[in-house]
Amino acid sequence: MAYNESDVFPTQVKILIAGGFGVGKTTFVGAASEIEPLSTEELITAASVGTDSLVGIEDKSTTTVALDFGRITIEQHGIVLYLFGTPGQERFWFMWDELSAGALGAIVLADTRRLQACFEAVDFFEHRGIHFLVAVNEFQGSFRYEPEEVRAALELDERVPIVLCDARDGQSATSTLRSLIQHLLTTAPAPSV
Amino acid sequence: MSEAGDDEVWLDDAAGPLVRPYTVSAGRTRPTVELDLLSLVIATGRAARGMDIEHVKVLGLCNTPTSVAEVAAHMRLPVVVTKVLLADLVDCEAMATRAPKPTSGATDRVLLEKLLDGLQRI
Repeated sequence: MAYNESDVFPTQVKILIAGGFGVGKTTFVGAASEIEPLSTEELITAASVGTDSLVGIEDKSTTTVALDFGRITIEQHGIVLYLFGTPGQERFWFMWDELSAGALGAIVLADTRRLQACFEAVDFFEHRGIHFLVAVNEFQGSFRYEPEEVRAALELDERVPIVLCDARDGQSATSTLRSLIQHLLTTAPAPSV
Repeated sequence: MSEAGDDEVWLDDAAGPLVRPYTVSAGRTRPTVELDLLSLVIATGRAARGMDIEHVKVLGLCNTPTSVAEVAAHMRLPVVVTKVLLADLVDCEAMATRAPKPTSGATDRVLLEKLLDGLQRI
């Protein structure tokens, strides 16, 4: 190949944004991404889907059923970070294996009005040994719980960080990503000397 | 060859774009080149003969290193179809590819520190 690969091709990494249906994954990806989030075209309206729980998410009319992703380029280090929103409905979980392969880690977005919606994501990452943190998305009108209350409700290991975030706000989303990387650094093995 | 109206893109031979990559690939279910969602592709500038319109479109999207996921999103094609198109182009050297590094990502402190540094500057 005629290219000096390290010059031409950046290092690509991915982080998954998970959580239940309507919890703000797409919003989070869009807020953090430098590009308009990209997606396959498959949008469904919530009204057309009998199996989704719509309790507490009356305002959300559509959800993406396939890949939904954004990008952050860290030019000075030649890294491109992809943020993949995971499918929020059980029947699309077959996609998770390909998505999670090689992922650095995951952010599980939680809506305190419907904490149970993120149980499955938490279980998935725990079972696969993928490091994650829980970000409580502060929706308007949602009651604010203390992080420790959320931890107890989700039966989270004490090492799993819980942060608050506003998925609509780019700074907040970026800060949540930093928290995840910091968490990954605490779990990564010390450099061998 | 009859020119189906542009409005009837889902009909007959105009339906080719979706079906044809599979037939072109002689029933291959997986491309000859291993491509991941995050594999990067870049047009080499080498034109190939007999390219379909989709191949030309794909090449046009890849003047800089572009991920398979992005090509699929821009082409509005399923990822699996996009991979076949890309593999065709790699086979005829119109496209170069590099798979994402087999990542020890989550345990690579140097990478994580660079990432954190980058995110702190945003």
